[in-house]
Parts: sequence; structure tokens; C-alpha cells
Amino acid sequence: MHSRRSFFSIALLVGFLTLTGGVADAASSKTTTADHSKFKELQQTFNTGPEVTKACLSCHTEAAKQVHRTKHWTWEFLNPENDQRLGKKNVLNNFCISIPQNTPFCTTCHVGYGWKDKHFDFSKEESVDCLVCHDTTGAYKKIPGTGGMAFGKDMELPPGSGKIVKGIDLTKIAQKIGKTSRDTCGGCHFFGGGGDGVKHGDMDSSLAAPEAELDVHMDAAGLDFTCGTCHATSSHDVPGSRYTPTAIDKGGAHIRGKDGKGNPATCVSCHNNTPHKSGDHADRLNHHAKKVACQTCHIPEFARGGVATKMGWDWSTAGQLDKDGKQFVKKDDKGKIIYESRKGDFDLGTNVKPEYRWFNGDIKYTLLDDKIDPTHQPIGINSIGGSPSDGRSLIWPMKISHGKQPFDAVNMNLVTPHTAGNDDYGYWKNLNWAKAIESGMKDSGMPFSGKMDFVSTEMYWPITHMVAPKDKSLGCVDCHAKGGRLEGIEGVYVFAQSNNKWVDLFGWTIVLLTLLGVIGHGLIRIIASKKD
Amino acid sequence: MTQKIYIFKKFERFWHWSQAALIIFLMATAFDIHGTYTIFGFEQAVIYHRLAAWTLVGLWVFAIFWHLATGEWRQYSPSMTNVIAMVKYYLSGIFKNAPHPHRQTELQKHNPLQKLAYLGILAFVAPLIWTTGWLLLFWDSLEAWGLGFLQLEWIAIGHTIGAFMMLTFLVAHIYLITAGATLTSHLKAMITGWEEVH
Repeated sequence: MHSRRSFFSIALLVGFLTLTGGVADAASSKTTTADHSKFKELQQTFNTGPEVTKACLSCHTEAAKQVHRTKHWTWEFLNPENDQRLGKKNVLNNFCISIPQNTPFCTTCHVGYGWKDKHFDFSKEESVDCLVCHDTTGAYKKIPGTGGMAFGKDMELPPGSGKIVKGIDLTKIAQKIGKTSRDTCGGCHFFGGGGDGVKHGDMDSSLAAPEAELDVHMDAAGLDFTCGTCHATSSHDVPGSRYTPTAIDKGGAHIRGKDGKGNPATCVSCHNNTPHKSGDHADRLNHHAKKVACQTCHIPEFARGGVATKMGWDWSTAGQLDKDGKQFVKKDDKGKIIYESRKGDFDLGTNVKPEYRWFNGDIKYTLLDDKIDPTHQPIGINSIGGSPSDGRSLIWPMKISHGKQPFDAVNMNLVTPHTAGNDDYGYWKNLNWAKAIESGMKDSGMPFSGKMDFVSTEMYWPITHMVAPKDKSLGCVDCHAKGGRLEGIEGVYVFAQSNNKWVDLFGWTIVLLTLLGVIGHGLIRIIASKKD
Repeated sequence: MTQKIYIFKKFERFWHWSQAALIIFLMATAFDIHGTYTIFGFEQAVIYHRLAAWTLVGLWVFAIFWHLATGEWRQYSPSMTNVIAMVKYYLSGIFKNAPHPHRQTELQKHNPLQKLAYLGILAFVAPLIWTTGWLLLFWDSLEAWGLGFLQLEWIAIGHTIGAFMMLTFLVAHIYLITAGATLTSHLKAMITGWEEVH
């Protein structure tokens, strides 16, 4: 009973991941030279996703090989800067914490079919999921717990449960294939961390069809950018990275004929290094841009679309049961979940003012085999590089998510607890940390001492989406005032905020003494003249 | 017996009052930018402050030319004669209705203490404000000019110190308007050009 509920609540949660599109279709159908519904290869009944992929590959012969080379497929990334082995498969976070042993649920967002455990064959071409990115109907669904499978016919899932998952019309979906859209990318990226807007803060379902105020570029009634407009992709390898972000782009706009090695997703790649062209402050603002990232002024707040983002997640309070001995959920007055027995306490935020940091693009993760020092909390799940003087940093807006999560109190490392799943170990079902951690760490190939505790962590998320129209960007006084946004940032003198208090004290003292002096002098003159 | 002499020529009076207006406006916008209060708000205050600064530069170009061409610059060359007498006058004589120790003439418009004060402004406060002000106006280009080693904070502090000195001067200056032959004789002179002397 418990297990089934757990499974279906996850299914429900990840059900959000199903694509809610149908808008991209109209636009791309006008420009495309191929009507896929006329292709014989697609005029057949498909029972499973891989059957569709085989049909795709019969024409697009190199597509799967291209996908196989990307992070979207491998969930692995070797950071050339510091040789850290990153990627979804390896890093931890302070939300759901980690992938290992939760794979069949997490891989609902893998661009493949059937990655349930470490035996998944990454070389199989038909395991690539073309539809999850190229669907235009909004009807496509990957089923949680199956490693992201898609079915064209009704299935009993999990087998023996008696619960039927309805099949989807894979033929129709395949015939209406098109370019990626905000909906397809967003199907996963809006829901990172297991729910709408949870992780990023600057990406959530409100960006599916935003107004200009929320995102001036994606404005559905205006410029109508898709993700791919900036993340201009070639050979299926989507540019723009959270592991090696471009913190400063000195390369100017990307014009045709230019060596195309730069990141096409930076602001500068379109707007150039001197983007302010008119107005009284154009030169001064361009000068600001030498120290301040575009995003700092032009994204005044994140989570602006009405969807809350998780600012904090405290796993240490998980495990409480109600008086009937059952798991329970607490909601705030707006109906948003702030406590779950299986997850702990959440701190939610909308319209969040970012924190600001010097950032040069260097990001170092605390990985499973890194020792942590709990006497210096919070532990950085990742830590960012940057300084006013290294010549490659800008002041960036950040979401800093705060967590309290389990660690191995003997071996002194973070752990990968097994959370999701219909078994005797998963924390969400059993509420037993020791079992959950032991099982998860075994899957990660790491020892667990058996002794666990909780440690405070923080994680940096550079903010770059939800760019506001220029009249909604920060004004001068947001920083140029006492207690302005850049308070505490080293290496910049901010007029009105960084005033030297001794100069002020000394200056006003002199002025005041002079004033008192002349008033006194005048009074004596008045009194003296009266005596006369 | 009161007599009147013509002290301040038309240009001088125009220069004085337009400069006074500009400096007071610069000060008002300066402390707005400084965050002391909000009249125009930072963004507008910066625009006005720069505009007023450039206007003052223009005025000074004319004033400097005028002073050189007419030889009036000599009015600011310091002398220690009668300085002590002036100090004594301000500290005691003025209360006893004693005669003003300085007799204004066309060639000696300023009393010796006044001369020293103006020289201090011209030699120290104005250069401090102007130098730091120019550096701030051209802050964007300093690196290209090989002045990238200058710290914005120090330039700003210098400019602020200059502003406080100017404000201090202004307070004393306004009060000393009343310290002429009569309470209003200095003010009248600066408006009409004619000063009453005893």
C-alpha cells in the first residue's frame, strides 16, 4: 500500500514533466520542407519509444551518434579546468541530493529509453529519445520508474500492480515532429529538482509562454525566443553549461563569418560589449558592464512568474509521522508544500532578490570522495571562483540554495541516499536513513560507516534567465544607496553606498562647528549693539 | 560721512552670482549623489551635477580670461599686512563698533583675511575639487590614459573632502556678508557694484 502510494505520488510529480506544448507546431510547419506525416517510415503503429527512434534513424543516420556524444546522453562531464568528473550522474545537490539508486525515476528526464541501473547500454542507438525534445503535440509522456520509457499501448505499471498507464499515440507524435521549443526543453529543465521551478529559480513553467515583463526575449506575444534561439545548437550538442559557464565574454557579438568557438548563449554574443547605445548614461553603463554582468541589472529578481523556487531544503526534519503513524504534508496559506514527512522542510521564494558575487566561471563541486569539514559549515555543494582583480570576473546575480542534508559522520563525506523507489530501502517509503544511505552509497560504489548526521550546505546557481524589459531593470538607486544591492561586495566603490564614514563624520563636524561659530559671533554682535 | 565707491564691475557681479548659483546647485546635487538626502534622486542628480560642472567650467574660462586681461587677478595676491588687525577686528572690534581696519578701494577690494581665504580656495580647495571632478568625469577613459592605477575610492574621498571644505567656506562666506560697514553694505556692493564706506 505504502509502496504504491509512493510510486504514484512520484508518478504524479513527474507527470508535470509531460509536455504541455502544441504551440511550436504552427510556426515550424510553415518553414519546414518536410511533412513527416507523408513519410512511409512513420505510417505505422509504434508500441514503444525505441521503435520510433529506429524509424527516425533510418533517415537521420547520424543523429543518435551525435546525441551519444552529449551531456544530455551521458550525464557525465569532465571539467577540463580542474579534471573533476561532473555531470548529473556524479554531482550531488542540496535538493533531491543525487541520482544513484534513484535512477529509474530521475532518468524520466534522460534523453533515452530504459536507463534503470548501471547496466544500461549507452551505445545503443535506438535508446536515444528523439521525441522528448522534438515533440510538438504536447501529448508525449515518459513514464517515471521505467527509465524514461514511452509506450504506445496501455501498460500495467509497475507490473503486477494492477495500475494501468495509458499508452500515447506515438504515430501521431512522430508524424508531427518538429524543432525544440520552450515546452520540450522546459519539460525537464523547468522541473529540475523534482518540481516546477524547484532548482534554478530563473527557470520554471511560467517561461512556457511568458509575457515581456517576465522574459523580454521569450515573450510569447513578442520576440518569442525558444531556448534554442540563444542556445543555438549544432550537431545536437547544446551550448551553454552550468559546469563551465561563461562568466565574462570579451569576444563581442557573433557575426557571420566569425570564428564560432564562443558561447552563443551569452548576452554579449548578440548585444556586443557596449550594449547601451542611447540615454544620458550610455557610456557610464557600458563602463559598468566591465565589472557587472548584464544579468545583475537586467534580472532584478528571479522566480518572477508566480512559481516558487526552493531556497532551502532541510532534510534533517524529515521522518515525522502524524498521530496515525502516517506520513503527512504541510502547506502554507497559499497551498504550497512546506513540509513533507519523506523530504523535510522547504523554504520557498518568489520574486527573490538575488545575492551577488564576483564570478569568473570556475565552479568546483564537492564530490562523493571529497572529505568535508563539518566544523566549517555551510559546506559548498559547489563553490565558485571569482575576484575583483583576476581580470576574468564579473559581479553576478546568484541563487544560493541552502540545504541540510545527510553525511557520513565517520568517513566525513557527503552521501547519496536512496530516496525514490518501491523497495525496502528507499527513504521516501521507509523513512530509514541508515538503510537509504547504505543502499545509495553501495550503488555509488562508496563505503558507508553506518553513522550519519546532517550538515548545512549551500549551492550556487548563477542567474541568467528571466531577463526583464529595460525599463524594469535595476535603477541606479538599487545599488547607489545605503544598503544597496552590492553592499559587502569587495573591489568596487559604489557612490552613495561605500561612503567613507570618517570623511563624512569629519566633514559634517567642521561644517557644524563653522555654523555654530558664525551663529555665536552674530549673537555676540547683536547683544553688543544692544548695549550700545 | 558715508561715501560710495564703485568696487564690483558688471562682469564681476555676473560672475559672482552665476558662480554662487552653480556652486550651491552643485552642492545640492552632490549630497544627493552622496546619499545624504533625496531631492532629484541619484540618477537625475548625476545628470544635473555633470551639467552644472561643465557650465561652471565654461564660466571659469571667461572669468580667468577676464582676470588676466584686466589684471584683476592681483586682487588675490596675498599680503600679510593688516592680517592681525583684521583678526583683532573680527574677535573684538566688531563688537565695539570699532572702525573696519580695511579701507576698500578699487585696487584693494578684499580685506587681507579675505584675500587669504580666497587664495586658500583657489590654491587648495578648487584644485582638489577640479582634479578629482575631472577624474570622475573621465573615469571611463582613465585606463586608456595610463591612469588606471588611480583608485576610484580615493578620487571620491578627495572630491568629498573638497565638497565639505566648500560648504564650510560657504557658511562663513554667507555670514561675513553682514560684516561690512553696515549689515547690508557688502550685499549691496555685490548687487549694484557700489560699496558704502565710512
